[in-house]
Order: sequence, then structure tokens, then C-alpha cells
Amino acid sequence: MGKLKDKLLGGEFAITAELCPPKGADIAPFVRKAQLLKGKVDAINVTDNQRAIMRLGALPAAIILKQEGVEPIYQVICRDRNRIALQSDLLGAAAFGIENVLALTGDQITTGDHKTAKPVFDIESVQLLEVASGLNRGVDAAGHELKGKTSFFLGSSVNPGSVPVEPVVIKMQQKIETGARFFQTQAVYDAEKFGAFMKCVAGLNVKVLAGVLLLKSAKMARFLNENVPGVQVPDALIEELEKSADPLKTGIEIAARQLNEFRQCCHGAHIMCIGSEERTLDIIERAKELASVGA
Amino acid sequence: MIITTAKKIDDVLASVGDKRNIFIVGCGSCAKACKTGGEPEVLAMKEELESRGRHVTGWIVPDETCHMNLTRKLVMEHQDEFVRSDAVLVLSCGAGVQTMSALFEKTPVFPALDTGFLGNTKRVGDFVENCSLCGECVLGETASICPVTRCPKGLLHGPCGGMDDGKCELDKTRDCAWVRIYERLKEQGQLDKMRTIKPMKDYSRHTKPSSLNIGERARSKL
Repeated sequence: MGKLKDKLLGGEFAITAELCPPKGADIAPFVRKAQLLKGKVDAINVTDNQRAIMRLGALPAAIILKQEGVEPIYQVICRDRNRIALQSDLLGAAAFGIENVLALTGDQITTGDHKTAKPVFDIESVQLLEVASGLNRGVDAAGHELKGKTSFFLGSSVNPGSVPVEPVVIKMQQKIETGARFFQTQAVYDAEKFGAFMKCVAGLNVKVLAGVLLLKSAKMARFLNENVPGVQVPDALIEELEKSADPLKTGIEIAARQLNEFRQCCHGAHIMCIGSEERTLDIIERAKELASVGA
Repeated sequence: MIITTAKKIDDVLASVGDKRNIFIVGCGSCAKACKTGGEPEVLAMKEELESRGRHVTGWIVPDETCHMNLTRKLVMEHQDEFVRSDAVLVLSCGAGVQTMSALFEKTPVFPALDTGFLGNTKRVGDFVENCSLCGECVLGETASICPVTRCPKGLLHGPCGGMDDGKCELDKTRDCAWVRIYERLKEQGQLDKMRTIKPMKDYSRHTKPSSLNIGERARSKL
């Protein structure tokens, strides 16, 4: 059993991080970052052509992590592959011992760097979970029996800041019904709102890892507020960053505080430090310091 | 109706090449309503071609250019003009263009329009796509608001993470189709319909090219 599954199902607080595969064939920096995070987090997500920007595939990236001794969370999206290719890749992942799968629909093509490509969306997140659950039972999407079952620990995403939240919770229930055992959320900054969301999903018997996105500046916080759906950085945090002589350090401080807050209200945290993944360690270290002094 | 837009005249002429004698065909239905292939547009195209040194041998605007039988009859009435033409330029949807190409083996037929979508008319000249002709209607489950068409991802299960304040991430002026469906189902006391897991679409049901012969279908059911 993987460490992530073990921890989450055992009721321990899990910490995951995220690595974006390289835009190009040079995997050295990716491997370097993976080595840096090794042993410090429970598992690392590898994104699948996130924001529709073409990169090295999530499956080979997850295999590379595995080979480096890091537990991967293989993100699989439905935008670029039909149900045949998706299942085929999932079987490939199983063959390499990859267990954690984060099933997502995927961002629109138009957000990315190949805007003229054809969006596939043959199936979508809920159905992908259903298909992956089928592989776990040894049956493919067309009902054919497989030689050898997979044993995926399935997850998906949810955006707790969405308004209205009820249709989002209904969809979350559908994802659970089709096999999701854990959720990683969009970045959360509004503790009160997130608390209300957690109350709302308390009866669902599912593990929620809250999204921690490192704020590097007040400018970045404002950008998120204006451009990222469901993300609202409170004014007080923006002010804190604005007044800081070292905004990055302040951002790490904020993320560390959040990490400790999430220990009280959910089952894990998913730390995203887009582009500066080494900061993940600073956040975890600082959170430990804060916890030890009872801050 | 089928919504069309005009290609750039330079692109049209690039495909027509050096063909000099051109017969123009419009369409009296959808393309007329889209102001891309009615009589005014056909006459404007005639003028444009003539100003560029081409000779227009004749023109027609069939009632429905996609109707192969009716259009063939009209073409027969203009046979002399077609004989003198070395190209046919069609201002209709792709179906109309192929009505013409089915009639002419040797004379090349060229499209002057791009065919966009099946549109609802909001008011004259203002069209919106509400149905994608997917072949497996889900409207009965979605308060008759089509997520296949009105959600850019065509989702069958609720809003994606890009939904913000009930709007679509890709266009903040547009309602998220799934929030509209949710509100309508809730209003109608049918929210349970939103909770069901929808089966994967059966793309074998619209393998191209589709065809339907009502008579044959009725006979096969006997």
C-alpha cells in the first residue's frame, strides 16, 4: 500500500506537493526537484499538460518519480485522450506500480499554448473515475474482462470557493460514488469559507487535502483574485504581503500558518509552489517551527 | 438553421485559381437569413468577381440548396449558362456546396462560405448555438438546457472548477451551463436528475457519414 493511502485511511495528516513535467526532453531539473522533496512529503502530483500547455507526459513523469523512490500521484485528464488511450495509459501506470491517480477533466485548450488543437473530452472526470474503478475490478470501459486488475487509489479535485457551492458538492458526491477516495482542493485562503465547506462535506466519508498555494507577492495575490475562479485572497493577507520587506518570506509564513490551520479541519494539505518547488520544504519547516512554539 | 459566414474573398479566389467564367449559386434558406447567400450577397459577389476581371456566366438562388432534387431542377433550367462556366461558386453551407458538386463531374465547385453551427435565431441576424446535433439527446435530464453545447467542455456532470459566481471561466459574461441547469432543476423539484451518473456517450451512433431514409426505416420496422 502506498504511503498516501496508508496515511489518509489511517487518519494521519498527509502532505502532498506538485511537480510540473518539463517543457522539453531535459528531465534533469525535474529529477533534481523530486530528489529535494523526497522523504519530505507523502506523495508528489505530476500534472498532465496543465493549463493546456504541452509538456512531457504525466505518465513518464510519474514513472520517473517512482524510479527516484518518490511516490507519485499521477494526474490524468480527459482533454487530450479518448477512453481507449486513457485506459491504455492507466494500465501502463499500473504496470509500473503507480497507485495514486488523480482523475480530472482538464483545462480548456484555449487556456494553453496549442490553441488550435482539437479538444477530446470523450469522457469526463466522473466517468474517468468510473472507468478507473472498473479497471480496479478487472473490467474495461466496454465491459471486457482484463488479465490482471489494477489497484488504484483514486482521487479528484474540488474547488471549495465556487459560488454557488451546491452543484459543486453534488458533483463531488458523484465523484465519490464512482470511486474517488480523496480530493485535492483548489488553493484555499478563506479559512471561514473553507470551514463551512468542510462541514458541508463532513458526511461524505472522503479525505480532503486543502490546497496551499505559495503567495510570492501582493501582486500575485491580486492576480489570483482577479483571474482564478473560486480563489479569494483576503485583503488582510494582501496587506501583509504589501507591507513586507521580504514578500516571499511572508508568503512562506502565510502558507506555513495555513498548513497548521488545515491540520485542525481537514485530512491533508496539497502544497503548490509553481516554479519554485524547493520552497515546499521551507513551508513545511516553518510550519513545524510555528507548531512547536504554539503559534 | 445552419449558420454560415463568408470566407475572405482573397481566400475564395485563391481556391478558384485562374478559372475565369464563374456561375454563382446562393441559397434561399439559411444562408439568406445569415446574409451570406441570399440574392443581395450573390449580386455583391457577382460585382466583386467582375471588378477583379472574372466573367459571371449566371446566378441562381435555389429555395433550399441542400435539397438535391429541387436544386437539380433549377440547375437544368440554367444548363446553357453552366455549360459556358469553368467554375461554380456556392454561397451556402457545405451541404449546398455538395448538392452542386454531385451535379457536376468535370466543372469544379468551390465554397464561398464557412459552415459554422446549428443556430437558434435570437433576433434577425443574431444567432446562438444551443444544440450540437450529438445524436443522443440528454435534454430530458438537464432541464432542457444542453450542456453538450453550452458548456465548452460538453460536461455531463455538473460544473468544472472554472465556474465562478455562476459564470464560465472562458467568458465571464456567459452563464455556466451547469449552474443554469442546477438552478432550473432545483426550481422544478428535479434536482435528483443532476445526481445520476450519466453513461459515456455512444459515438457509434453517429458514425459519419450519417443518413436516414424514413421510408426504408418504416419498412424495416414492419
